[in-house]
Amino acid sequence: MPKKVIIRLSAGFAFIFWLLYLFTDLFLLFSKSTDINSGIHEAIPNLMLNLFIAALYLYYKYKVNRAESVNFTDFLWKIFVTGLLTTLLSLVLRMFVLALGTSKLAQNIFLIDTFYIINLGLVSIFLVSVFAVWKRLILYQKTKFLLRIWTTFEYTLILSLVFNVLPIDLPDTYSLYYVVLLVLMGLFLSVNMRWVAYLNFKQKWKSILLILLVLLYLAYFGNTLFGSIDPEIAITNTIWGNVFLVALVAFTFIYSLFSLLVILFNLPTSSVFEQKLEEVLNFQRLSQSIQADQSEGQVYQILIDSAVSAVMADAAWIELSHENGRTEYFRHQITDQEVDKIKDYIIKNKIKGVFDNSTDKSLKMEKHLAKLKGQGFRSILGFDINVQGQKIGTLALLKEVADGFDRDTTNIIKTFVSQAEVSVENYRLLNQAIVNERYKEELKIAQKVQSSLLPSELDTNSDFDISAFSIAADEVGGDYYDSFRINDNKVALIIGDVSGKGTSAAFHMSQMKGVFQSLAQMNLSSKDFLAKANTAISNCLEKTSFITTAFFIIDQATKTIEFSRAGHCPTLFYDSKNSDMTYFTNRGLGLGILRNDDFANYIEINKQSYTAGDIMVLYTDGITEASNSKGDEYGYDRLKDTIVPHVNENPETIQKRLIEDLYSFTGTEFIDDDYTTLIVKFKEEPENR
Amino acid sequence: MVDIKTIKEGDILMMNIVGDVDASSSIELDTALQGAIDSKEEKILVDCSNLNYISSAGLGVFMSYIQDIKANDIKMVICGLNEKVHNVFEILGLHQLLTIKSTVTEAKEYLSEV
Repeated sequence: MPKKVIIRLSAGFAFIFWLLYLFTDLFLLFSKSTDINSGIHEAIPNLMLNLFIAALYLYYKYKVNRAESVNFTDFLWKIFVTGLLTTLLSLVLRMFVLALGTSKLAQNIFLIDTFYIINLGLVSIFLVSVFAVWKRLILYQKTKFLLRIWTTFEYTLILSLVFNVLPIDLPDTYSLYYVVLLVLMGLFLSVNMRWVAYLNFKQKWKSILLILLVLLYLAYFGNTLFGSIDPEIAITNTIWGNVFLVALVAFTFIYSLFSLLVILFNLPTSSVFEQKLEEVLNFQRLSQSIQADQSEGQVYQILIDSAVSAVMADAAWIELSHENGRTEYFRHQITDQEVDKIKDYIIKNKIKGVFDNSTDKSLKMEKHLAKLKGQGFRSILGFDINVQGQKIGTLALLKEVADGFDRDTTNIIKTFVSQAEVSVENYRLLNQAIVNERYKEELKIAQKVQSSLLPSELDTNSDFDISAFSIAADEVGGDYYDSFRINDNKVALIIGDVSGKGTSAAFHMSQMKGVFQSLAQMNLSSKDFLAKANTAISNCLEKTSFITTAFFIIDQATKTIEFSRAGHCPTLFYDSKNSDMTYFTNRGLGLGILRNDDFANYIEINKQSYTAGDIMVLYTDGITEASNSKGDEYGYDRLKDTIVPHVNENPETIQKRLIEDLYSFTGTEFIDDDYTTLIVKFKEEPENR
Repeated sequence: MVDIKTIKEGDILMMNIVGDVDASSSIELDTALQGAIDSKEEKILVDCSNLNYISSAGLGVFMSYIQDIKANDIKMVICGLNEKVHNVFEILGLHQLLTIKSTVTEAKEYLSEV
């Protein structure tokens, strides 16, 4: 059921039960005075009263919201208003009775009873509302134990109401014990006043006033309830009804009194508590400011405000030196001229303990500052602001009294400064992360572009099949392979490795692709190709970079491979006729190492004839230099031994076995250098040719 | 990580390379060689007996001084290469452009001859 509905229903029922109580009680009284059997059980009015109280209880239970630190005085205000209204009504009734004086009407038992029941209703409303509010306040920041005690107390209290209507006779002493028990529980519960600590100075005064008035109402109603009322009609005539009311009034009174005293005694220390709370809040603001506002300036502003309020400084400034040489100031109650004057004075006179890394910040400064005319400050406290290990500025606090900063305040400021530093640092790191994220995106694009530089399909002819594999260690790699069909018979193949890794290697690799694609179509000898490639590429490489490459021309007409090597790792060749697998041993020099015409002198032309079944394994040094956890390199022997058992397989399978073996050797998915391999396998010409 | 110590022995500048020369530590090698050339050393002995590993960046440093050395008529000899490192020099073809001796003694002999 929605809360609103419950509140309305309970209010409605409370009113109905009260009316029923009034009528049944009057009826009973009437039948008693006229000796007519009313046919109503004597306990009915009390039952109605109990139902009325229960409905009231329900009403206030839902009406009074959970206690939050901000609304304690609102609670007190609410019960004050309830109390005011009910007392006023009750007073009006009393005036009316007084106005009647000793007239006969005033003696009318039915009228007295009616007034009494109205009063009782008003008292109940007030007491239950106070009870509900006290409950919220007691249970503010509750523990499990406290909650248990409270529940017991509440049930015990309700039970006394149930006894009131039960047709059982218990000895009077029991009711006395019962009251004592309830009052003791109430006393125990009344020491729970955590909420008081959260009131500020002003709220404490307000609360004292309100509670005093609540106490006054309680006294008035206590008097009304237990005062001189005809015992014939008073609910207090039944023992158990008395227990409930006495316990309720006692509890509300005790708690009110305790609260009043506690607040009163807390008054002098409340300013200190408020200041501590302020510090905590400022601390929190400092640590949260960046996310909320996205600006460093905000942090410095909060830092200066918090520092000033924490130590009650008369003036303060923050000086920030930006990377571009600009100086930025945050000032509080001080002019630019004053800041400059004080700063200049301290620097000129080399005063220790302000802007240096001195540990003792509480040095006496008045003898220095007093000399400085035209300003009223006598204490100064300075702190460095360091972000990412670099001093970015200083915080200075000033007081007009001498010796104004002690160790405690110094420590507080130190904490504030550290928190501000963390905030700024986090903010900067976050910004860096965003920039890095953008670079990553760009790198992804570079990776896409680069991977399109490696051919998805290599040129072949009817004499050979080819399988390629390449994986880069970084986002972009420096390994390169390509092919070009020169004419009907000739296919050019190249494999290369740019020195270094990463982006610069990737750029050189793309230059190499351009060089290859333009020179290959000129149908040069393999040596001339490398010589021209060296000239072309030398102009674009930085001083310490070079490219190793091996260039092949497979000629179908002569069944030969013409090849030259420019510093690239030796090619592995399998001669199927002799079942012999060896590395080519030809001279060479890496591209870009000698950047003049001498280069060609270091390059050889080599020729190798081939037959079906022969295999050529091209690779980059990433493979032979791949190392395992022990630091052993994959090496030339292992490469050879891995290929040997698979010489009768197709190139794809050979390539797969090689890469599998490579990964199982290194034992990790992580690679340190790019892996690239091309497997060329020569085959029989198809018979239909 | 690399540690490069240079000592002058007579007219020879002895440069002892200890450790690994990779992409980051190659800068130290570059600084050492540049320093030797700037101070107009005529005879440089690069002792690689304690060089475990050299990356392509390190080779690039040696390579970049080939023409400077020639132009300034400096005698530079590299010695004490272990098998692995020597192999790397050889594959790239650097051994054809740089004077490489197997031991320090041989290297010194070579430098005193010229």
